[in-house]
Amino acid sequence: MRDKLEQIKRKAMEAMDSLNNLDQLEEFRVKTLGKKGELTLVLREMGKLPPEERPVIGQLANEIRSYLENELSKKTAELKNAALEKRLAEEAIDVTVPGKVPALGKLHPVTKVLNELKDIFLGMGFDVAEGPEVEWDSYNFEALNIPKNHPARDVQDTFYINENILLRTHTSPVQIRTMLKKKPPIKVICPGRVYRSDAIDATHSPIFHQIEGLVVDKNITMGDLKGVLDVFAKQVFGPETKTKFRPHHFPFTEPSAEVDVTCAICHGSGCRVCSYTGWIEILGAGMVHPKVLAYCGIDPQEYSGFAFGMGLDRITNLKYGIDDIRLLFENDIRFLKQF
Amino acid sequence: MLMPINWVKDYVEIDMDIRELADKLTMTGSKVEEVITLRENISNVVVGRIISVEQHPNADKLVVCNVDVGTEVIQIVTGASNVAPGQLVPVALHGAKLPGGVTIKKGKLRGVESHGMMCSGEELELKDSDYPGAEVDGILILQEEYPLGMDIKEALDLNGQVVDLEITSNRPDCLSMVGMAREIAVSTGKSWRMPKIDVMPSIGNVKDELQVVVENPDLCPRYIARIVKDVKIGPSPQWMRRRLAAAGIRPINNIVDITNYVMLELGQPMHAFDYDKIEGRKIVVRTAKPGESIVTLDDKQRSLTPDMLVIADASKPIAVAGVMGGANSEISADTKHIVFESALFNGTSVRLTSKALGLRSESSSRFEKGLDINMTLTAIDRAVQLVQELGAGTVVEGRIDVLNASTDNRKLTAKWNRINQLLGLNLTADEIADILNDLGLETSVDGESITTLVPTYRNDIEGEADLAEEVARIYGYDRIPMTLMEGSAAKGIRTENQKLVDSIKLALTGMGMYEVITYSFTSPRVYESIGITVDMVPETVRIANPLGEDQSIMRTTLMPNILEVLSRNYNRRIESCSIFEINPVFLPKALPLTDLPDEVLTLAMGEYGDGVDFYTLKGKIEALISLLGLSKRTDYQKAVHPALHPGRTAEVLVDGKSAGIFGEVHPRTAENYELNTRVIMAELNLQALLENADTVRKYKALPKYPAVTRDLAFIVEKRIQAAQILDLICKGGGNILEEVSLFDIYEGSQIPEGCKSMAYSLTYRASDRTLTDDEVNRAHQRIIGLLEEELNARLR
Repeated sequence: MRDKLEQIKRKAMEAMDSLNNLDQLEEFRVKTLGKKGELTLVLREMGKLPPEERPVIGQLANEIRSYLENELSKKTAELKNAALEKRLAEEAIDVTVPGKVPALGKLHPVTKVLNELKDIFLGMGFDVAEGPEVEWDSYNFEALNIPKNHPARDVQDTFYINENILLRTHTSPVQIRTMLKKKPPIKVICPGRVYRSDAIDATHSPIFHQIEGLVVDKNITMGDLKGVLDVFAKQVFGPETKTKFRPHHFPFTEPSAEVDVTCAICHGSGCRVCSYTGWIEILGAGMVHPKVLAYCGIDPQEYSGFAFGMGLDRITNLKYGIDDIRLLFENDIRFLKQF
Repeated sequence: MLMPINWVKDYVEIDMDIRELADKLTMTGSKVEEVITLRENISNVVVGRIISVEQHPNADKLVVCNVDVGTEVIQIVTGASNVAPGQLVPVALHGAKLPGGVTIKKGKLRGVESHGMMCSGEELELKDSDYPGAEVDGILILQEEYPLGMDIKEALDLNGQVVDLEITSNRPDCLSMVGMAREIAVSTGKSWRMPKIDVMPSIGNVKDELQVVVENPDLCPRYIARIVKDVKIGPSPQWMRRRLAAAGIRPINNIVDITNYVMLELGQPMHAFDYDKIEGRKIVVRTAKPGESIVTLDDKQRSLTPDMLVIADASKPIAVAGVMGGANSEISADTKHIVFESALFNGTSVRLTSKALGLRSESSSRFEKGLDINMTLTAIDRAVQLVQELGAGTVVEGRIDVLNASTDNRKLTAKWNRINQLLGLNLTADEIADILNDLGLETSVDGESITTLVPTYRNDIEGEADLAEEVARIYGYDRIPMTLMEGSAAKGIRTENQKLVDSIKLALTGMGMYEVITYSFTSPRVYESIGITVDMVPETVRIANPLGEDQSIMRTTLMPNILEVLSRNYNRRIESCSIFEINPVFLPKALPLTDLPDEVLTLAMGEYGDGVDFYTLKGKIEALISLLGLSKRTDYQKAVHPALHPGRTAEVLVDGKSAGIFGEVHPRTAENYELNTRVIMAELNLQALLENADTVRKYKALPKYPAVTRDLAFIVEKRIQAAQILDLICKGGGNILEEVSLFDIYEGSQIPEGCKSMAYSLTYRASDRTLTDDEVNRAHQRIIGLLEEELNARLR
């Protein structure tokens, strides 16, 4: 019996060496270790042995079984591994061939920059207000302390529809609409398209985009205006950016300022973009004129506020180094793809 | 405004570099555009004396001169014929630079050495106004003695710097040398002074010679006239002409130059009339009579209307008040006696007149902004003083001064601490008062209040805010500390619509589309280009003063813009293009426009290229509809639009209401836009879609029971639409039909002529139990029954 077992083991070992695929291996396992396998058959004859030999032979049989099982599983793993290696080797591809790019469009650069600015101001607590592009003369001018026949009307070359209706020359009427509708505290930005009858050239477009801001509350100061715009400039043009506030005149703010930022191209050392001044003018701003507040039913003795405005197209061009505003409205796909 | 430094120095001390001064002025509100150094393009040109002139040995038309340039005597060959020994001339030495980028080098002319060049006035870009005789042909012969070798710019006083200022419209007082002197003084901590005005005792009495009547005192609050007799018209002296030229005004003759000089010095426009041409020795300031006209100094005939203020004599207008004088009373070489006018005209009136006549002058642009009622007097005395100084005539004693308004300073009271509050500063009352006093705004402190006497040249100062600006700009905007108001940490809010538009844009770019932005005004002819016949053109909002006919109406459709962009890209050989624009269209409620038009936010899409067809764009629209939560409420039905292919156009219906149209562009439309390819285009009423959007999402339990999938293929007539079939399938399937998808449409062999095979995959599922075969079969049979019955479908 012991010999039989040893023989089974020896035979099995020999056979196993010659097996080289998983099917053969399985067949072998059934033949040797299965319910009707050789080893099982031998063990069935255990009863015929004298009682004292049974444990010894039983142990031997179990040892052989577990040995064979172990060898089998090693062999199986080996074969599986080899098969996998083979497959992997066969499946190698040229990873330098270009990928299958899903069609992905782009937002217009002006929208991208607008979104960026919106995020900055939303983060500072500004809501986003909108209004019509065809606007009342009264909201576009009179409410803003620019009565009929005011010289400032000549400066902003206006497209008129009729005596009372025009194409808004700035998004300021949205500020007026906001103040007429809502009591302070007010904190909004007003982005949108605006119209001025400028002939089209590299720096002028009769239609362009503005983003204005308005804050009205008790105790709003010019220091707040400076603070907000400084934070804004640093977020758009980088933390090293400085702002410079120069006195200026707008009918709808008093005091008024023009705001320069350090040139994003040369960082203040002077280059072609900033006309070698190191500064680029990007904003008009000021404290809301008391007459404007009063027109909107807000008591200028109780409340104060600031407003600012900037050209979105100009900021887009500065940010991306675009040298001709016409490109923004031409919509050549090769241009749009770049942003 | 051009401010020659040498001129303004008459009224204020400047002891700093001009660029530093420029920065200071900019930071106090007088923005410096540019600091111009005069004659920067001339160097190494000196005064020389011609010692000898000899004929050139090899050329008839050349002469050889020896010229003493102080340090040496050099030989110069010239072709000029007006040279003679003893003359003083400008000599460009070896290495000299001349205007136009010319560099002078020594060389040989026809074999004779020449070590420099004698210059003509033209070569130095000099005009007669810079130096008399500068415009004659030939070498500029200097009339006065100068040291030999002296730089010509120094000799002829051509040096100097001019500051170009951008003066804001609220500060007409800064449009003058004394006005800027005042600003320079405050900005640099110096004092300034007015020119000393002394009119020497003179003859006669102006009131005997002239009468002035002001009929419209509201349009002319003050009119002052003085008379100068026996004028000697001639060129003004060089210093005056040089100052005028440096300030950008062309010198004309002594009298006209004096009026311009006074205007630039004091900011008060002046005019001079030929006294003998004033009929009736009478000046009437009145509005024009119907039908009157005048030939202005620019020799143009101007028709006048009764709202225009004119200066007239006894019978006719002789000037358009504050705008321009008339040719009929112009100063000429023969003028004997003159009348000087110094007046204050209503700014709005001048502006409207100048606009109506299309005639802007230095004078009108100043009056428009509102001038100083007191400066009229100073200016006219300054003018006659200059006449006396220049010996240009005999001043008649006295002035006619018709004054119809107050010349007093205005009193303004403010709370000084409000100024601090507005600026975010903490100045004392005295600090505030000091700044205002320095500016000539005489201010006293009384407890919480300050009282300011606003001089008549500061009409812009009306209230507290204006005083605050004065304080801020002189104290320094840069010294106001930066702060952030309360609530800056709270996040702002976008409206639901704003959020949706943002996500739609992102979704569309995710589908491969590029956002475009186009002009919202357009040509009335675009309708024809997209096949809309004249009788079908919608009402539009028309611009009264467009840039041109092509940009004269507000668009009512984005289709032409989309086609233009596609066309531009197509014709630039871009293989495929997929674009969208979101912007409003403008629909008038009624014409003529009495109310604002409806601005309807519109989404337009367009694409062409390989693989692009009706269904690629429809798929994008469906994805968008799904994003807006409108899939179940949206239908697509066959439609017609002139711009689109009649067999390939669909309307989008939300709850049965039209929300837009899309389809393949009509070949004729495509041809109009030079698009020789299939183009798909859509225009959706985004406003309506947003109003209907349902973006509230709620979790629905995932299915617990298995689904049963059955395929269904049948043959129907070609004209049967998928939507009809879908309706019947849904009707027959009932509530256990979970999903229907059309996976094949086939026409061809094995399918009868005029028919098509449609293959669907149907998914059945119940949410509360496992469906039995029996249940599914019943539903499936119902569907088949309906299809057979209603559409005459035959199962395959």
